[in-house]
Amino acid sequence: MIATAVSGAVHLLSGPGVEWRCAPNSDAQRIYFANHASHLDFVVIWAALPPEGRRLVRPVADRRYWEHHAVRRRLARQVFNAILVDRGCAPDVSPQEAARATTTRICGGMGDRHSLILFPEGTRSLTGEIGAFKSGLYFLARCRPEVELVPVHLWNLHRILPKGEWLPLPMLSRVIFGAPLTLRPGEEKSAFLERARAAVVALGDAA
Amino acid sequence: MTTPLDPGLLMLLGTILILLVVASIAGWALGRMVRSDAARATMANVNARIRAWWVMAGVFAATLAAGFTWSILLFGLVSFLALREFVTMAPTRPGDHRPLAWSFFVVLPLQFALVWAGWYGLFSILIPVYVSIFVAVRAVMAGDTQRFLERAAVTQWGLTICVYFVSCVPALLTLRIPGFEGQNARLLFFLVFVVQLSDVLQYVWGKAIGRRPLASSISPNKTWEGLVGGVLCATAAGTALWWATPFTPVQAAALAFTIGVMGCAGGLIMSAIKRDRGVKDYGTLLPGHGGMLDRIDSLCFAAPVFFHLTRYFFAR
Repeated sequence: MIATAVSGAVHLLSGPGVEWRCAPNSDAQRIYFANHASHLDFVVIWAALPPEGRRLVRPVADRRYWEHHAVRRRLARQVFNAILVDRGCAPDVSPQEAARATTTRICGGMGDRHSLILFPEGTRSLTGEIGAFKSGLYFLARCRPEVELVPVHLWNLHRILPKGEWLPLPMLSRVIFGAPLTLRPGEEKSAFLERARAAVVALGDAA
Repeated sequence: MTTPLDPGLLMLLGTILILLVVASIAGWALGRMVRSDAARATMANVNARIRAWWVMAGVFAATLAAGFTWSILLFGLVSFLALREFVTMAPTRPGDHRPLAWSFFVVLPLQFALVWAGWYGLFSILIPVYVSIFVAVRAVMAGDTQRFLERAAVTQWGLTICVYFVSCVPALLTLRIPGFEGQNARLLFFLVFVVQLSDVLQYVWGKAIGRRPLASSISPNKTWEGLVGGVLCATAAGTALWWATPFTPVQAAALAFTIGVMGCAGGLIMSAIKRDRGVKDYGTLLPGHGGMLDRIDSLCFAAPVFFHLTRYFFAR
Protein backbone atom coordinates (compact mmCIF):
# COMPACT_ATOMS: atom_id res chain seq x y z
CA MET A 1 0.00 0.00 0.00
CA ILE A 2 2.80 2.39 0.84
CA ALA A 3 4.39 1.30 -2.43
CA THR A 4 1.27 2.30 -4.41
CA ALA A 5 1.03 5.62 -2.59
CA VAL A 6 4.67 6.42 -3.24
CA SER A 7 4.44 5.58 -6.92
CA GLY A 8 1.24 7.67 -7.19
CA ALA A 9 2.93 10.65 -5.57
CA VAL A 10 5.90 10.34 -7.92
CA HIS A 11 3.58 10.42 -10.94
CA LEU A 12 1.65 13.44 -9.68
CA LEU A 13 4.73 15.47 -8.88
CA SER A 14 7.07 14.60 -11.67
CA GLY A 15 4.70 13.00 -14.19
CA PRO A 16 7.39 10.72 -15.58
CA GLY A 17 7.10 9.79 -19.22
CA VAL A 18 8.55 6.29 -19.41
CA GLU A 19 10.21 4.98 -22.52
CA TRP A 20 11.51 1.43 -22.93
CA ARG A 21 14.05 0.63 -25.61
CA CYS A 22 14.42 -2.88 -24.27
CA ALA A 23 11.85 -5.36 -22.98
CA PRO A 24 10.46 -4.11 -19.63
CA ASN A 25 10.33 -7.64 -18.30
CA SER A 26 13.24 -10.01 -18.36
CA ASP A 27 14.04 -13.39 -16.89
CA ALA A 28 17.63 -12.28 -16.39
CA GLN A 29 18.73 -10.31 -13.38
CA ARG A 30 19.48 -6.72 -14.27
CA ILE A 31 21.50 -3.79 -13.05
CA TYR A 32 19.76 -0.53 -13.94
CA PHE A 33 22.41 2.20 -13.90
CA ALA A 34 21.44 5.85 -14.30
CA ASN A 35 22.64 9.40 -14.09
CA HIS A 36 22.10 10.92 -10.65
CA ALA A 37 20.77 14.39 -9.88
CA SER A 38 18.24 14.14 -7.06
CA HIS A 39 17.02 12.10 -4.12
CA LEU A 40 13.96 11.22 -6.20
CA ASP A 41 16.00 9.39 -8.82
CA PHE A 42 15.74 5.85 -7.63
CA VAL A 43 12.08 6.21 -6.66
CA VAL A 44 11.37 7.46 -10.17
CA ILE A 45 13.11 4.46 -11.75
CA TRP A 46 11.47 2.14 -9.27
CA ALA A 47 8.01 3.56 -10.04
CA ALA A 48 8.65 3.16 -13.79
CA LEU A 49 9.27 -0.58 -13.51
CA PRO A 50 6.51 -3.14 -14.05
CA PRO A 51 5.07 -4.45 -10.73
CA GLU A 52 7.00 -7.71 -10.97
CA GLY A 53 10.27 -5.88 -11.56
CA ARG A 54 9.46 -3.48 -8.73
CA ARG A 55 9.15 -6.34 -6.28
CA LEU A 56 12.50 -7.82 -7.23
CA VAL A 57 14.61 -4.69 -7.63
CA ARG A 58 16.89 -3.38 -4.89
CA PRO A 59 18.37 0.11 -5.02
CA VAL A 60 21.95 0.58 -3.91
CA ALA A 61 21.94 3.61 -1.65
CA ASP A 62 24.08 5.58 0.75
CA ARG A 63 23.78 4.19 4.26
CA ARG A 64 24.44 7.49 5.97
CA TYR A 65 21.54 9.24 4.20
CA TRP A 66 18.98 6.45 4.43
CA GLU A 67 19.62 5.49 8.03
CA HIS A 68 19.61 9.12 9.11
CA HIS A 69 16.10 9.08 10.49
CA ALA A 70 13.32 6.65 11.24
CA VAL A 71 10.97 7.31 8.30
CA ARG A 72 13.75 6.98 5.73
CA ARG A 73 15.09 3.87 7.41
CA ARG A 74 11.63 2.28 7.32
CA LEU A 75 11.12 3.23 3.67
CA ALA A 76 14.55 1.96 2.67
CA ARG A 77 14.15 -1.37 4.44
CA GLN A 78 10.48 -2.24 4.10
CA VAL A 79 9.28 -0.56 0.92
CA PHE A 80 12.32 -0.31 -1.32
CA ASN A 81 14.34 -3.17 0.15
CA ALA A 82 17.50 -1.13 -0.40
CA ILE A 83 21.07 -2.39 -0.18
CA LEU A 84 22.72 0.25 1.98
CA VAL A 85 26.44 0.78 1.46
CA ASP A 86 29.02 3.11 2.96
CA ARG A 87 30.50 5.70 0.66
CA GLY A 88 34.17 6.43 0.96
CA CYS A 89 36.13 4.26 3.38
CA ALA A 90 37.30 4.17 6.93
CA PRO A 91 40.87 5.50 7.49
CA ASP A 92 42.26 2.11 8.47
CA VAL A 93 41.04 0.33 5.31
CA SER A 94 42.66 0.64 1.89
CA PRO A 95 40.37 1.88 -0.94
CA GLN A 96 40.83 -1.40 -2.81
CA GLU A 97 39.74 -3.40 0.19
CA ALA A 98 36.75 -1.15 0.79
CA ALA A 99 35.70 -1.46 -2.86
CA ARG A 100 36.05 -5.24 -2.69
CA ALA A 101 33.98 -5.41 0.47
CA THR A 102 31.26 -3.21 -1.04
CA THR A 103 31.16 -5.26 -4.24
CA THR A 104 30.85 -8.47 -2.26
CA ARG A 105 28.11 -6.93 -0.19
CA ILE A 106 26.13 -5.80 -3.24
CA CYS A 107 26.64 -9.12 -5.04
CA GLY A 108 25.40 -10.87 -1.93
CA GLY A 109 22.39 -8.56 -1.84
CA MET A 110 21.52 -9.46 -5.43
CA GLY A 111 21.41 -13.15 -4.66
CA ASP A 112 20.08 -15.14 -7.60
CA ARG A 113 16.85 -13.25 -8.19
CA HIS A 114 17.16 -9.56 -7.37
CA SER A 115 17.96 -6.72 -9.75
CA LEU A 116 19.72 -3.49 -8.80
CA ILE A 117 19.33 0.24 -9.28
CA LEU A 118 22.73 1.89 -9.21
CA PHE A 119 24.07 5.41 -9.70
CA PRO A 120 27.67 4.97 -10.86
CA GLU A 121 28.53 8.68 -10.53
CA GLY A 122 28.32 8.15 -6.79
CA THR A 123 26.97 11.63 -6.15
CA ARG A 124 24.27 13.96 -7.39
CA SER A 125 25.06 16.34 -10.22
CA LEU A 126 24.12 19.99 -9.65
CA THR A 127 23.66 20.97 -13.27
CA GLY A 128 22.25 17.80 -14.78
CA GLU A 129 25.57 17.15 -16.51
CA ILE A 130 26.69 13.54 -16.22
CA GLY A 131 29.99 13.06 -14.37
CA ALA A 132 32.59 10.31 -14.59
CA PHE A 133 31.51 6.83 -13.46
CA LYS A 134 33.11 5.23 -10.42
CA SER A 135 34.43 1.70 -10.60
CA GLY A 136 31.59 -0.09 -8.78
CA LEU A 137 29.68 -0.89 -11.95
CA TYR A 138 32.78 -2.52 -13.46
CA PHE A 139 33.45 -4.68 -10.42
CA LEU A 140 29.83 -5.80 -10.34
CA ALA A 141 29.87 -6.61 -14.05
CA ARG A 142 33.00 -8.69 -13.54
CA CYS A 143 31.61 -10.45 -10.50
CA ARG A 144 28.25 -11.20 -12.18
CA PRO A 145 28.94 -11.45 -15.96
CA GLU A 146 25.55 -13.01 -16.77
CA VAL A 147 23.63 -9.98 -15.49
CA GLU A 148 22.09 -7.51 -17.99
CA LEU A 149 23.41 -3.97 -17.53
CA VAL A 150 20.60 -1.59 -18.50
CA PRO A 151 21.51 2.09 -19.01
CA VAL A 152 18.83 4.50 -17.80
CA HIS A 153 18.62 8.20 -18.57
CA LEU A 154 16.75 10.46 -16.15
CA TRP A 155 15.73 13.76 -17.71
CA ASN A 156 14.97 16.96 -15.77
CA LEU A 157 15.27 15.48 -12.28
CA HIS A 158 17.97 17.99 -11.33
CA ARG A 159 15.40 20.77 -11.71
CA ILE A 160 12.64 18.94 -9.85
CA LEU A 161 14.60 18.35 -6.66
CA PRO A 162 18.06 19.94 -6.85
CA LYS A 163 20.74 19.17 -4.33
CA GLY A 164 20.08 21.25 -1.22
CA GLU A 165 16.30 21.59 -1.69
CA TRP A 166 13.74 19.55 0.21
CA LEU A 167 10.52 20.28 -1.65
CA PRO A 168 10.19 18.77 -5.14
CA LEU A 169 8.71 21.01 -7.84
CA PRO A 170 6.02 19.52 -10.03
CA MET A 171 7.64 19.32 -13.45
CA LEU A 172 7.58 16.79 -16.24
CA SER A 173 10.40 14.29 -16.28
CA ARG A 174 11.36 11.35 -18.42
CA VAL A 175 12.84 7.95 -17.74
CA ILE A 176 14.43 6.23 -20.72
CA PHE A 177 15.58 2.63 -20.50
CA GLY A 178 18.18 1.68 -23.12
CA ALA A 179 19.38 -1.60 -24.61
CA PRO A 180 21.38 -3.77 -22.16
CA LEU A 181 25.20 -3.83 -22.22
CA THR A 182 27.58 -6.54 -21.10
CA LEU A 183 31.21 -6.45 -20.17
CA ARG A 184 33.26 -7.51 -23.23
CA PRO A 185 35.93 -10.16 -22.72
CA GLY A 186 39.18 -8.46 -21.76
CA GLU A 187 37.66 -4.97 -21.70
CA GLU A 188 39.65 -2.44 -19.66
CA LYS A 189 37.98 -0.86 -16.65
CA SER A 190 38.22 2.70 -17.93
CA ALA A 191 37.03 1.76 -21.44
CA PHE A 192 34.05 -0.10 -20.03
CA LEU A 193 33.09 2.72 -17.68
CA GLU A 194 33.35 5.28 -20.49
CA ARG A 195 31.20 3.09 -22.75
CA ALA A 196 28.60 2.72 -20.00
CA ARG A 197 28.56 6.47 -19.37
CA ALA A 198 28.28 7.20 -23.09
CA ALA A 199 25.26 4.88 -23.27
CA VAL A 200 23.46 6.89 -20.57
CA VAL A 201 24.40 10.20 -22.22
CA ALA A 202 23.26 9.02 -25.66
CA LEU A 203 19.80 8.07 -24.39
CA GLY A 204 19.36 11.69 -23.32
CA ASP A 205 20.51 13.11 -26.65
CA ALA A 206 17.88 11.16 -28.53
CA ALA A 207 15.14 12.27 -26.12
CA MET B 1 -24.32 28.79 -5.43
CA THR B 2 -24.92 25.32 -6.81
CA THR B 3 -25.21 24.82 -10.53
CA PRO B 4 -27.76 22.09 -11.16
CA LEU B 5 -28.14 20.70 -14.64
CA ASP B 6 -31.15 22.70 -15.77
CA PRO B 7 -33.09 21.58 -18.86
CA GLY B 8 -31.37 24.23 -21.01
CA LEU B 9 -27.95 22.98 -20.07
CA LEU B 10 -29.00 19.39 -20.70
CA MET B 11 -30.04 20.42 -24.20
CA LEU B 12 -26.67 22.06 -24.76
CA LEU B 13 -24.83 18.96 -23.58
CA GLY B 14 -27.09 16.83 -25.78
CA THR B 15 -26.00 18.93 -28.76
CA ILE B 16 -22.38 18.16 -27.94
CA LEU B 17 -23.20 14.47 -27.74
CA ILE B 18 -24.75 14.57 -31.20
CA LEU B 19 -21.80 16.56 -32.61
CA LEU B 20 -19.35 14.03 -31.19
CA VAL B 21 -21.30 11.06 -32.55
CA VAL B 22 -21.42 12.67 -36.00
CA ALA B 23 -17.71 13.55 -35.85
CA SER B 24 -16.77 10.02 -34.77
CA ILE B 25 -18.76 8.40 -37.57
CA ALA B 26 -17.41 10.85 -40.15
CA GLY B 27 -13.84 10.37 -38.89
CA TRP B 28 -14.19 6.60 -39.00
CA ALA B 29 -15.67 6.66 -42.53
CA LEU B 30 -13.07 9.12 -43.86
CA GLY B 31 -10.30 7.06 -42.27
CA ARG B 32 -11.45 4.07 -44.32
CA MET B 33 -11.91 6.04 -47.53
CA VAL B 34 -8.56 7.81 -47.84
CA ARG B 35 -5.78 6.09 -49.78
CA SER B 36 -2.55 8.12 -49.57
CA ASP B 37 -0.23 7.67 -46.59
CA ALA B 38 -0.26 11.38 -45.77
CA ALA B 39 -4.05 11.53 -45.71
CA ARG B 40 -4.16 8.38 -43.60
CA ALA B 41 -1.78 9.95 -41.09
CA THR B 42 -3.92 13.10 -40.99
CA MET B 43 -7.06 11.06 -40.38
CA ALA B 44 -5.35 9.00 -37.65
CA ASN B 45 -4.49 12.29 -35.94
CA VAL B 46 -8.01 13.66 -36.42
CA ASN B 47 -9.52 10.46 -34.99
CA ALA B 48 -7.18 10.58 -32.00
CA ARG B 49 -8.36 14.14 -31.44
CA ILE B 50 -12.00 13.10 -31.64
CA ARG B 51 -11.44 10.34 -29.08
CA ALA B 52 -9.79 12.87 -26.79
CA TRP B 53 -12.80 15.15 -27.31
CA TRP B 54 -15.03 12.42 -25.92
CA VAL B 55 -12.91 12.27 -22.80
CA MET B 56 -12.79 16.05 -22.38
CA ALA B 57 -16.50 16.55 -23.03
CA GLY B 58 -17.31 13.75 -20.58
CA VAL B 59 -15.15 15.20 -17.84
CA PHE B 60 -16.53 18.69 -18.48
CA ALA B 61 -20.17 17.58 -18.40
CA ALA B 62 -19.66 15.45 -15.29
CA THR B 63 -18.01 18.36 -13.52
CA LEU B 64 -20.75 20.82 -14.42
CA ALA B 65 -23.27 18.29 -13.12
CA ALA B 66 -21.32 17.82 -9.90
CA GLY B 67 -21.57 21.53 -9.17
CA PHE B 68 -19.68 24.63 -8.11
CA THR B 69 -16.95 23.19 -5.91
CA TRP B 70 -16.09 20.39 -8.32
CA SER B 71 -15.87 22.82 -11.22
CA ILE B 72 -13.36 24.88 -9.26
CA LEU B 73 -11.38 21.76 -8.38
CA LEU B 74 -11.34 20.65 -12.02
CA PHE B 75 -10.01 23.96 -13.27
CA GLY B 76 -7.57 24.05 -10.36
CA LEU B 77 -6.21 20.73 -11.63
CA VAL B 78 -6.13 22.04 -15.20
CA SER B 79 -4.21 25.05 -13.93
CA PHE B 80 -1.75 22.81 -12.04
CA LEU B 81 -1.06 20.66 -15.10
CA ALA B 82 -0.67 23.73 -17.30
CA LEU B 83 1.76 25.44 -14.92
CA ARG B 84 3.71 22.20 -14.63
CA GLU B 85 4.16 22.10 -18.40
CA PHE B 86 4.98 25.81 -18.57
CA VAL B 87 7.70 25.57 -15.91
CA THR B 88 9.14 22.41 -17.49
CA MET B 89 9.98 24.22 -20.72
CA ALA B 90 10.86 27.56 -19.06
CA PRO B 91 14.55 28.49 -18.73
CA THR B 92 14.68 28.52 -14.93
CA ARG B 93 17.74 28.32 -12.69
CA PRO B 94 18.24 26.86 -9.20
CA GLY B 95 17.45 30.31 -7.76
CA ASP B 96 13.88 29.95 -9.04
CA HIS B 97 13.19 26.82 -7.05
CA ARG B 98 11.66 28.55 -4.04
CA PRO B 99 9.57 31.15 -5.91
CA LEU B 100 8.20 28.32 -8.06
CA ALA B 101 7.47 26.16 -5.02
CA TRP B 102 5.43 29.08 -3.60
CA SER B 103 3.68 29.43 -6.95
CA PHE B 104 2.64 25.79 -7.14
CA PHE B 105 1.78 25.08 -3.54
CA VAL B 106 0.50 28.43 -2.22
CA VAL B 107 -0.43 30.88 -4.98
CA LEU B 108 -2.33 28.40 -7.15
CA PRO B 109 -4.53 26.96 -4.36
CA LEU B 110 -5.08 30.46 -2.96
CA GLN B 111 -6.27 31.85 -6.29
CA PHE B 112 -8.84 29.08 -6.67
CA ALA B 113 -9.87 29.41 -3.03
CA LEU B 114 -10.62 33.07 -3.75
CA VAL B 115 -12.85 32.01 -6.64
CA TRP B 116 -14.60 29.61 -4.30
CA ALA B 117 -15.05 32.32 -1.70
CA GLY B 118 -16.32 34.72 -4.36
CA TRP B 119 -13.86 37.40 -3.21
CA TYR B 120 -13.61 39.22 -6.52
CA GLY B 121 -11.58 42.17 -5.16
CA LEU B 122 -8.62 40.05 -4.13
CA PHE B 123 -9.08 37.43 -6.85
CA SER B 124 -8.52 40.04 -9.55
CA ILE B 125 -5.36 41.60 -8.11
CA LEU B 126 -3.67 38.79 -6.17
CA ILE B 127 -1.40 37.68 -9.02
CA PRO B 128 -0.94 40.98 -10.90
CA VAL B 129 -0.02 42.90 -7.73
CA TYR B 130 0.94 40.89 -4.67
CA VAL B 131 2.31 37.72 -6.21
CA SER B 132 4.26 39.52 -8.91
CA ILE B 133 6.10 41.44 -6.21
CA PHE B 134 6.46 38.44 -3.91
CA VAL B 135 7.94 35.98 -6.40
CA ALA B 136 10.42 38.58 -7.62
CA VAL B 137 11.52 39.35 -4.06
CA ARG B 138 11.82 35.65 -3.26
CA ALA B 139 14.00 35.18 -6.33
CA VAL B 140 16.16 38.15 -5.29
CA MET B 141 16.64 36.57 -1.88
CA ALA B 142 17.95 33.43 -3.55
CA GLY B 143 20.84 35.66 -4.63
CA ASP B 144 21.21 34.61 -8.25
CA THR B 145 21.20 37.61 -10.61
CA GLN B 146 22.07 35.78 -13.78
CA ARG B 147 19.33 36.49 -16.37
CA PHE B 148 17.23 37.81 -13.49
CA LEU B 149 14.92 39.99 -15.58
CA GLU B 150 14.10 37.14 -17.93
CA ARG B 151 13.52 34.65 -15.13
CA ALA B 152 11.32 36.97 -13.08
CA ALA B 153 9.25 37.65 -16.20
CA VAL B 154 8.92 33.94 -16.93
CA THR B 155 7.61 33.11 -13.45
CA GLN B 156 5.20 36.03 -13.56
CA TRP B 157 3.86 35.19 -16.98
CA GLY B 158 3.54 31.52 -16.16
CA LEU B 159 1.36 32.42 -13.20
CA THR B 160 -0.67 34.91 -15.23
CA ILE B 161 -1.42 32.52 -18.08
CA CYS B 162 -1.68 29.22 -16.25
CA VAL B 163 -3.28 30.34 -12.99
CA TYR B 164 -4.87 33.79 -13.27
CA PHE B 165 -6.36 33.35 -16.73
CA VAL B 166 -7.50 29.76 -16.10
CA SER B 167 -9.16 30.75 -12.82
CA CYS B 168 -11.38 33.16 -14.78
CA VAL B 169 -13.22 30.14 -16.24
CA PRO B 170 -14.78 28.84 -12.98
CA ALA B 171 -15.06 32.47 -11.79
CA LEU B 172 -17.93 32.76 -14.28
CA LEU B 173 -19.94 30.64 -11.83
CA THR B 174 -19.68 33.37 -9.19
CA LEU B 175 -21.17 36.21 -11.25
CA ARG B 176 -24.52 37.51 -10.03
CA ILE B 177 -26.56 38.30 -13.12
CA PRO B 178 -30.14 39.49 -12.44
CA GLY B 179 -32.69 37.00 -13.77
CA PHE B 180 -29.99 34.37 -14.46
CA GLU B 181 -29.53 32.99 -10.95
CA GLY B 182 -28.50 29.35 -10.73
CA GLN B 183 -27.79 29.10 -14.46
CA ASN B 184 -24.20 30.30 -14.60
CA ALA B 185 -22.97 26.89 -15.73
CA ARG B 186 -24.37 27.88 -19.13
CA LEU B 187 -21.94 30.81 -19.29
CA LEU B 188 -19.09 28.40 -18.73
CA PHE B 189 -20.51 26.16 -21.41
CA PHE B 190 -20.88 29.11 -23.81
CA LEU B 191 -17.23 30.11 -23.36
CA VAL B 192 -15.74 26.63 -23.67
CA PHE B 193 -18.01 25.65 -26.56
CA VAL B 194 -17.39 28.77 -28.64
CA VAL B 195 -13.64 28.79 -28.05
CA GLN B 196 -13.19 25.11 -28.93
CA LEU B 197 -15.54 25.25 -31.91
CA SER B 198 -13.69 28.30 -33.17
CA ASP B 199 -10.40 26.39 -32.87
CA VAL B 200 -11.73 23.43 -34.82
CA LEU B 201 -13.38 25.59 -37.49
CA GLN B 202 -10.26 27.72 -37.95
CA TYR B 203 -8.38 24.47 -38.56
CA VAL B 204 -11.02 23.20 -41.00
CA TRP B 205 -11.33 26.49 -42.93
CA GLY B 206 -7.55 26.83 -42.99
CA LYS B 207 -7.14 23.32 -44.44
CA ALA B 208 -9.92 23.93 -46.96
CA ILE B 209 -9.14 27.37 -48.41
CA GLY B 210 -6.25 28.77 -46.34
CA ARG B 211 -3.65 30.70 -48.39
CA ARG B 212 -2.35 33.77 -46.61
CA PRO B 213 -0.55 32.87 -43.39
CA LEU B 214 -1.33 34.97 -40.31
CA ALA B 215 2.21 34.75 -39.01
CA SER B 216 4.19 32.35 -41.16
CA SER B 217 7.21 32.26 -38.85
CA ILE B 218 5.08 31.04 -35.96
CA SER B 219 2.39 28.74 -37.20
CA PRO B 220 2.06 27.61 -40.82
CA ASN B 221 -1.38 26.20 -40.03
CA LYS B 222 -2.95 29.52 -39.05
CA THR B 223 -4.20 31.55 -42.03
CA TRP B 224 -6.32 34.66 -42.50
CA GLU B 225 -8.92 32.59 -44.33
CA GLY B 226 -9.02 30.13 -41.43
CA LEU B 227 -9.32 32.92 -38.89
CA VAL B 228 -12.12 34.74 -40.69
CA GLY B 229 -14.05 31.59 -41.63
CA GLY B 230 -13.59 29.95 -38.23
CA VAL B 231 -14.40 32.99 -36.13
CA LEU B 232 -17.44 33.93 -38.24
CA CYS B 233 -18.85 30.38 -38.05
CA ALA B 234 -18.18 30.20 -34.32
CA THR B 235 -19.85 33.60 -33.96
CA ALA B 236 -22.89 32.26 -35.79
CA ALA B 237 -22.97 29.21 -33.51
CA GLY B 238 -22.58 31.42 -30.43
CA THR B 239 -25.38 33.67 -31.64
CA ALA B 240 -27.62 30.64 -32.05
CA LEU B 241 -27.04 29.88 -28.37
CA TRP B 242 -28.28 33.29 -27.19
CA TRP B 243 -31.43 31.74 -25.67
CA ALA B 244 -29.27 29.86 -23.18
CA THR B 245 -27.43 32.99 -22.03
CA PRO B 246 -28.32 36.30 -20.39
CA PHE B 247 -27.41 38.02 -23.69
CA THR B 248 -29.50 39.27 -26.60
CA PRO B 249 -28.61 37.74 -29.99
CA VAL B 250 -26.50 40.80 -30.91
CA GLN B 251 -24.66 40.72 -27.58
CA ALA B 252 -24.11 36.96 -27.91
CA ALA B 253 -22.67 37.52 -31.39
CA ALA B 254 -20.30 40.25 -30.18
CA LEU B 255 -19.09 38.12 -27.27
CA ALA B 256 -18.68 34.98 -29.38
CA PHE B 257 -16.72 37.03 -31.92
CA THR B 258 -14.46 38.39 -29.16
CA ILE B 259 -13.94 34.87 -27.77
CA GLY B 260 -12.95 33.58 -31.21
CA VAL B 261 -10.44 36.38 -31.85
CA MET B 262 -8.93 36.13 -28.35
CA GLY B 263 -8.68 32.36 -28.76
CA CYS B 264 -6.74 32.77 -32.01
CA ALA B 265 -4.46 35.30 -30.33
CA GLY B 266 -3.86 32.86 -27.49
CA GLY B 267 -2.99 30.08 -29.91
CA LEU B 268 -0.46 32.32 -31.68
CA ILE B 269 1.14 33.53 -28.44
CA MET B 270 1.52 30.03 -27.04
CA SER B 271 2.96 28.83 -30.37
CA ALA B 272 5.48 31.67 -30.33
CA ILE B 273 6.61 30.56 -26.86
CA LYS B 274 7.01 26.99 -28.11
CA ARG B 275 9.04 28.22 -31.10
CA ASP B 276 11.22 30.28 -28.81
CA ARG B 277 11.90 27.32 -26.54
CA GLY B 278 12.32 24.89 -29.44
CA VAL B 279 9.60 22.43 -28.40
CA LYS B 280 6.77 21.07 -30.53
CA ASP B 281 4.24 20.35 -27.81
CA TYR B 282 4.07 21.32 -24.15
CA GLY B 283 3.40 17.74 -23.07
CA THR B 284 1.92 14.39 -23.98
CA LEU B 285 -1.19 14.32 -21.84
CA LEU B 286 -3.76 13.53 -24.53
CA PRO B 287 -2.97 11.56 -27.70
CA GLY B 288 -3.23 13.90 -30.71
CA HIS B 289 -3.59 16.99 -28.54
CA GLY B 290 -0.13 17.34 -27.01
CA GLY B 291 -0.18 18.61 -23.46
CA MET B 292 -2.68 20.51 -21.36
CA LEU B 293 -1.32 23.89 -22.50
CA ASP B 294 -1.57 22.91 -26.16
CA ARG B 295 -5.22 22.18 -25.55
CA ILE B 296 -6.19 25.21 -23.51
CA ASP B 297 -4.02 27.89 -25.17
CA SER B 298 -6.99 29.63 -26.74
CA LEU B 299 -9.22 29.18 -23.68
CA CYS B 300 -6.55 30.80 -21.47
CA PHE B 301 -6.69 34.06 -23.37
CA ALA B 302 -10.43 34.12 -24.12
CA ALA B 303 -11.49 33.43 -20.52
CA PRO B 304 -10.32 36.62 -18.76
CA VAL B 305 -11.72 38.88 -21.49
CA PHE B 306 -15.07 37.08 -21.59
CA PHE B 307 -15.22 37.05 -17.79
CA HIS B 308 -14.55 40.75 -17.39
CA LEU B 309 -16.82 41.84 -20.24
CA THR B 310 -19.67 39.76 -18.85
CA ARG B 311 -19.04 41.03 -15.35
CA TYR B 312 -18.85 44.67 -16.42
CA PHE B 313 -21.90 44.73 -18.65
CA PHE B 314 -24.24 42.14 -17.15
CA ALA B 315 -23.44 41.35 -13.53
CA ARG B 316 -24.75 43.24 -10.58
